[in-house]
Amino acid sequence: MLQIVWLLFTREWRLAWRRPGQLLNPLVFFAIVISLFPLAVGPEPGMLRTMAPGVIWVAALLATLLSLDGLFRSDYEDGSLEQWVLSPHPLALMVLVKVLHHWLVCGLALVLLSPLFGLMLSLPSRVLPVLALTLLLGTPVLSLLGAVGAALTVGLKSGGVLLALLILPLYIPVLILGTGAVEASVQGLPVTGYALWLACLAVLSLSLAPVAIAAGLRIGVSE
Amino acid sequence: MNSLPELFAMDGHGPYVWSAYAITFAVLALNVIQPWLAHRRLVSVEARRRRREAE
Amino acid sequence: MNWSFFHKLGSPKWFYDISGRWLPWFAVATVLLLGIGIVWGLFFAPQDYQQGNSFRIIYIHVPAALVAQSCYVMLAAAGIVTLVWRMKLADVALRCAAPIGAWMTFIALVTGAIWGKPTWGTYWVWDARLTSMLILLFLYFGIIALSQAISNRDTSAKATAVLAIVGLVNIPIIKYSVDWWNTLHQPATFKITEKPAMPVEMWLPLLLTVLGFYALFTVSLLMRMRLEVLRREHKTRWVRDALEKAK
Repeated sequence: MLQIVWLLFTREWRLAWRRPGQLLNPLVFFAIVISLFPLAVGPEPGMLRTMAPGVIWVAALLATLLSLDGLFRSDYEDGSLEQWVLSPHPLALMVLVKVLHHWLVCGLALVLLSPLFGLMLSLPSRVLPVLALTLLLGTPVLSLLGAVGAALTVGLKSGGVLLALLILPLYIPVLILGTGAVEASVQGLPVTGYALWLACLAVLSLSLAPVAIAAGLRIGVSE
Repeated sequence: MNSLPELFAMDGHGPYVWSAYAITFAVLALNVIQPWLAHRRLVSVEARRRRREAE
Repeated sequence: MNWSFFHKLGSPKWFYDISGRWLPWFAVATVLLLGIGIVWGLFFAPQDYQQGNSFRIIYIHVPAALVAQSCYVMLAAAGIVTLVWRMKLADVALRCAAPIGAWMTFIALVTGAIWGKPTWGTYWVWDARLTSMLILLFLYFGIIALSQAISNRDTSAKATAVLAIVGLVNIPIIKYSVDWWNTLHQPATFKITEKPAMPVEMWLPLLLTVLGFYALFTVSLLMRMRLEVLRREHKTRWVRDALEKAK
């Protein structure tokens, strides 16, 4: 079993790094979206600080979601997805590996970048670790839930908008918790409660989402 | 409430109450009338098809 | 347990016949319940001492909200039946109920907003209930969009079923987090139907309109389902006979 996990993971890794430019896309998108806000509402630091948790989190949501759109598509098109469904190994485990890889190259990267943008949006520096922590706990949920949407729309060429329509409402609890935690930290309040709830959501999605993803893939492949 | 104009005005809340009820009524009616009309259309299309086949 | 009833449920023809017999009764019930309830609520129920006459919007706002929420549960249940028992009729039910549920959510939002103006001074506030209703509307749009995006009917049925179930599982989480978000950001809590206890003359018409809305939902759903069944099975003998008789 472990061998399969390793094989799959290295396959994803190698495929991803064949086109390293693609890996940067969600990160650049993240940067651009965040930068739009000071341009739109003005550079006054007080206002930016108020908006910062929300803006950074929403940018993370959108960047993750859009990068997930084609998660299964190339495998679907060349037939490897069918092989996965037919294989004797648990599909849920295989999708988990794929999502984990996606998180490592997208979500984790956002986590590492976030303090930079927090600083640019005038967040006090003591808050930056909290921001990174909330994203660290939240981005796996985003990847997992987004993968459910990607699996359900795997045969469609319609692109990210449908995926966003389906999955963004489901992102709302993570958004509320993540931004709530950062704002609490700005006000000097403890964030352990928020962190625990975020961890709770992460564990919940880790256990349930792969089932839904596998179901979605089976449906898409059986056409 | 004693008179019809008073009823209509609802103590100044008239526009709110009546617009809410009007919109609701329109949507509810739409949800019943539209399937009914579609059913009638289906029946007439079928009748025309049957007539054509009989010729 | 006699499962034959359940499996008969899967037969479109059986459904068409039975729903044909029940529909008139539901229609009568709708007219009576809604008619009496609304007339009572609009004209005869006492005014609320705080909100005055605008409180009468409750008689359409609350039923719409209730139907909107229970309809989504029904969608998820139909989804489960589709996936587990592969009953095509369950997919028909899901597909037909979704737009009705969306309309009910729309009514709840619009009437809630209109009610808000005389009560709080603005048409929209991001309070927990209206915000949750808005998110529910988005969830409905998602279901409708997905079911229309996939052209293969079978795949579409199963994918929409999975989405409905995923949505249902998420609804309590969303509701809880929105409630909590609301307490974070609003020093004063706005409550639409905060009443210590409603006298009978006030909640009895509400009960009638709630039941009336459910009856109307059933009428609309049965009509749409019958239409969809006729369309799907239009090549069969019984449909041709039914359409001929329907003239």
